[in-house]
Amino acid sequence: MDSYNAPESTPRQNATSRLKDYFIGATPLQKRLESVRKQTSFVPTPPRRKLPQCSQLQEDVDPQKVAFLLHKQWTLYSLTPLYKFSYTNFKEYSKLLSAFIAAEKQKGLAVEVGDDFNIKVIFSTLLEMKGTQRDPEAFLVQILTKSQLPSEHREGKVLWTGWFCCIFGDSLLETVSEDFTCLPLFLANGAETNTAIIGTWFQKTFDCYFRPLAINAFNLSWLAAMWTACKMDRYMATTEFLWSVPCSPQSLDISYAIHPEDAKALWDSVHKTPGEVTQEEVDLFMDCLYSHFHRHFKIHLSATRLVRVSTSVASAHTDGKIKILCHKYLIGVLAYLTELAIFQIE
Amino acid sequence: MAPERKVKNAQVQRRISQCSNSYQTRLSAWKVREDLNDSKSVPKHRKNSAVEDFEHGDNQVEDALQIAVRYFEKGPIKTSQRKDKTLEGHLKTVENVAWKNGLAPEGIDILLNVALSGRFGSAVNTRIFKCMIPATLISEDSVVKAVSWLCVGKCSGSTKVLFYRWLVAMFDFIDHKEQINLLYGFFFASLQDDALCPYVCHLLYLLTKKENVKPFRVRKLLDLQAKMGMQPHLQALLSLYKFFVPTLISVSLPVRKKIYFKNSENLWKTALLAMRQRNQGLAPEPLKLMLGNVCPVKRKWNSHSVIPVLNSCNYSKESGKKGMNLSDFFSSNGSFPLEQLKSFPQLLQNIHCLELPSQMGAVLNNSLLLHYINCVRDESVLLRLYHWLSQTLQEECIWYKVNNYEHGKEFTNFLDIVIRAECFLQEGFYSCEAFLYKSLPLWDGLCCRSQFLQLVSWIPFSSFSEVKPLLFDHLSRLFFTSTIYFKCSVLQCLKELLQNWLLWLSMDIHLKSVTNSPLETTLGGSMNSVSELIHYVGWLSTTAMRLESNSTFLLHFILDFYEKVCDTYINYNLPLVVLFPPGVFYPALLSLDPSILNQLCYILDRYRKNLTAAKENELVPKTKSEFSFSSKTYQEFNHYLTAMVGCLWTSKPFQKGLYIDAKALEKAAVAEYKNSLNLVHHPAFMSYTVSFLLQEWPEERTVNMSSIRGKKWNWYLDYLFSEGFQGLKLFIQSSIHHSSVP
Repeated sequence: MDSYNAPESTPRQNATSRLKDYFIGATPLQKRLESVRKQTSFVPTPPRRKLPQCSQLQEDVDPQKVAFLLHKQWTLYSLTPLYKFSYTNFKEYSKLLSAFIAAEKQKGLAVEVGDDFNIKVIFSTLLEMKGTQRDPEAFLVQILTKSQLPSEHREGKVLWTGWFCCIFGDSLLETVSEDFTCLPLFLANGAETNTAIIGTWFQKTFDCYFRPLAINAFNLSWLAAMWTACKMDRYMATTEFLWSVPCSPQSLDISYAIHPEDAKALWDSVHKTPGEVTQEEVDLFMDCLYSHFHRHFKIHLSATRLVRVSTSVASAHTDGKIKILCHKYLIGVLAYLTELAIFQIE
Repeated sequence: MAPERKVKNAQVQRRISQCSNSYQTRLSAWKVREDLNDSKSVPKHRKNSAVEDFEHGDNQVEDALQIAVRYFEKGPIKTSQRKDKTLEGHLKTVENVAWKNGLAPEGIDILLNVALSGRFGSAVNTRIFKCMIPATLISEDSVVKAVSWLCVGKCSGSTKVLFYRWLVAMFDFIDHKEQINLLYGFFFASLQDDALCPYVCHLLYLLTKKENVKPFRVRKLLDLQAKMGMQPHLQALLSLYKFFVPTLISVSLPVRKKIYFKNSENLWKTALLAMRQRNQGLAPEPLKLMLGNVCPVKRKWNSHSVIPVLNSCNYSKESGKKGMNLSDFFSSNGSFPLEQLKSFPQLLQNIHCLELPSQMGAVLNNSLLLHYINCVRDESVLLRLYHWLSQTLQEECIWYKVNNYEHGKEFTNFLDIVIRAECFLQEGFYSCEAFLYKSLPLWDGLCCRSQFLQLVSWIPFSSFSEVKPLLFDHLSRLFFTSTIYFKCSVLQCLKELLQNWLLWLSMDIHLKSVTNSPLETTLGGSMNSVSELIHYVGWLSTTAMRLESNSTFLLHFILDFYEKVCDTYINYNLPLVVLFPPGVFYPALLSLDPSILNQLCYILDRYRKNLTAAKENELVPKTKSEFSFSSKTYQEFNHYLTAMVGCLWTSKPFQKGLYIDAKALEKAAVAEYKNSLNLVHHPAFMSYTVSFLLQEWPEERTVNMSSIRGKKWNWYLDYLFSEGFQGLKLFIQSSIHHSSVP
């Protein structure tokens, strides 16, 4: 019966201060937890969203850089806030990163910073690529090969590109202190080994964390509805959906292509609130597609899994690959992806 | 990189040890299964029956399969027109059975013969190969026989390729490999064939043992490489050779190569997955598994371990040497490097200028830095840890991803480290709480159970009603649907949670008297939260007692919880006393287990002491707090106390508030029930009574329990106390006046 009266070990003083913080709800950490609680207890996505629109801010973005971002397949990652990142140190970052890449490629041999490697790393900002003025500036990292010949065009082809952005990231911005830079959405194009090396460098240098960002079927149907709703001057591609049927031995894919104008007409028939998209409308839109398909092929698409959506605005795959086609709605597409990324890091 | 190479080697090693150890053990397990099946099915079949029955009761399918296999065994009948149709029919039968249940070793033996003997065209052979999926195992003899067919030269090149691909895919399902290894030379000679070379390489890669590595083979491989160029499959084999006998091979091989072999098994991939599940006794639900959210699997960027290596900002030193001015963003001025931090006094001396790790996650492995984290005021340090930890937990969590269960060990280890840190700090991490919100609804209650429940017990103190829908509702769902052992572990974890919360709160109340903490206004709120937790556990316990039909085992865990609850006022100095629900009290009082009764007595005694102390404090006007217990609590306690004393001592049980029909008692043959629950007659103490009587009056021929009264009663009590019933002793000493000995 000794255990009955055993005194408890004395707790530390520190717990109390945290406790106080808890009741005041003041620390950034508390705010984070609060927002996670909210996220978890309610529907993960708001039941209504604004239709993507051509924003004023975006007009100022360097058109050349925008063109560079379009028509490429990007792999999406979510990224936690960067610690002590500074926009004024791009030069140093370039040097350090290229040294790091060289070291990684040369299997751990010591490399001196500032040596001449056959690769070149360029950091540059994507000016005005943001949703609100509060959003931090987006930036681009490129890895280029230097050609061996000492000609004028020393800069060879682009090996790898990645960019970091935050479009309407208010919910995240509120919960971090000023030591952090919030760029929750990271998009990479190039060999995954390179992404891994560069990602590792960022993780080591700015104590952040990359995670692949998958887009589940629920969010894909949102994307489909919102992109169909976009007004286009000229349609560049058909609207196409891809469903996957898990069956043995090989899984079966069902592709469903619709003329974009028909898709738009269908959307207009289910769309009621101007300027907004609601959950009911998205559901109705998809249900219409399902029932049409069922009438012809007697297949319930709702029982399968939506894996890819492509429209004239952009196309997205469930495994987190995206291609943006239309520069007019670039910001709108990125805003939704930022939202998904923020959801993932909470 | 050097560590990179190490990893590679480790992989090779694992590959080899897998071949020799783990697969063997697993196979032997299947073997038992197979034998069982054999013994069942032998009487049902004729002896030469080629196909074993794996689907008892479905005789039609099985017969069709037998006929089909026999058809193939005999070879095609030369009547052109009909042949095609029957052939097609039989092929279909075999394919259907194979994809559904797999084929028995005998069936595979026959089909392998058929496919390689060249009796049918290569289109048929291809189809046969594609459906040659074992139900359990493939016998080694079949493979050896098949290889002998290759020497006869009756099969086409494409069939040979298919055979090797099949062999590679099914390698783990072959019951023994000794004889196949004896054919190593034959396989090696087949490398000459350009079409076969990649597949033979893969087979050899799986088959190679140290003694197979010979100088002449190395020479041959290098010749081949000179002839064909740097082929990944050849490199793979060479690097394996180099691993076994490094002295033989001097050429340098690329270390970073990741994929040596094109996925030669993918023809059978889904079938193999299904088969593995079948053989491991998992529910055959491949469909469901594939429907789950398929996250893109990120190849580990930091290959060695989940937790980053402790590194003080590693670039600052390099840059310092080069004279670059980076100190703006790496504040390293006059700081104390982490690598030199070895002892606690060092930490104390340099705590103001400690250079923090570049990745905050590294602190988990370093107890000195955990001390630092513990007292640091810098919110960004905690935020960095928060982000890293919450992302890592989600990334590593094994039930987030399909077929990710092979990383189970890694995840368990990681959780252990996190929990160790929490215990060290005596404080839960917010990221763990956030992780629980997301992962608990998806948890099966089995995976990493011990770790997961420990995370629950470290949830930082917060408002219970706010956390309940996020955590405890999910937990109760699992609780009610799981085994008694799970229920007990949940109760245990909730006890620890309560203890942690009480400790935090008691510290804060202690501070309150010294400083004017802002908590003053919300103390009532926090007491509310704790009492809600206790009521929640009371509800769980009451229902669980019913579900588990008053299990003593479960009751022990429940009473353990209330041992914490009853002492909140005295032990933690918190103005809170919550009594247990009747659903716990009465089963404990009527329990057949003496230790339960003893524990109950102890708890009731502690309740009494706590309530008395509270009452005394209330009487002193100066210390009177705004928290006075409601009279309901005292009433409830008195009710329990009366019931206890009435049962155990005065033999007047349940006089108040409980009416039992006399007829019902008569029917149950317990008309004289009054003294049947006292200390002498209580079923839990019966054996003690008897041994007491036998010990004290060994000469008595009959055991007369009713004789224990008066003086004897006191001796009997002393006897019980000497048997270790300390709880009972405390209870009787405090709650019963000795004048009232019955």
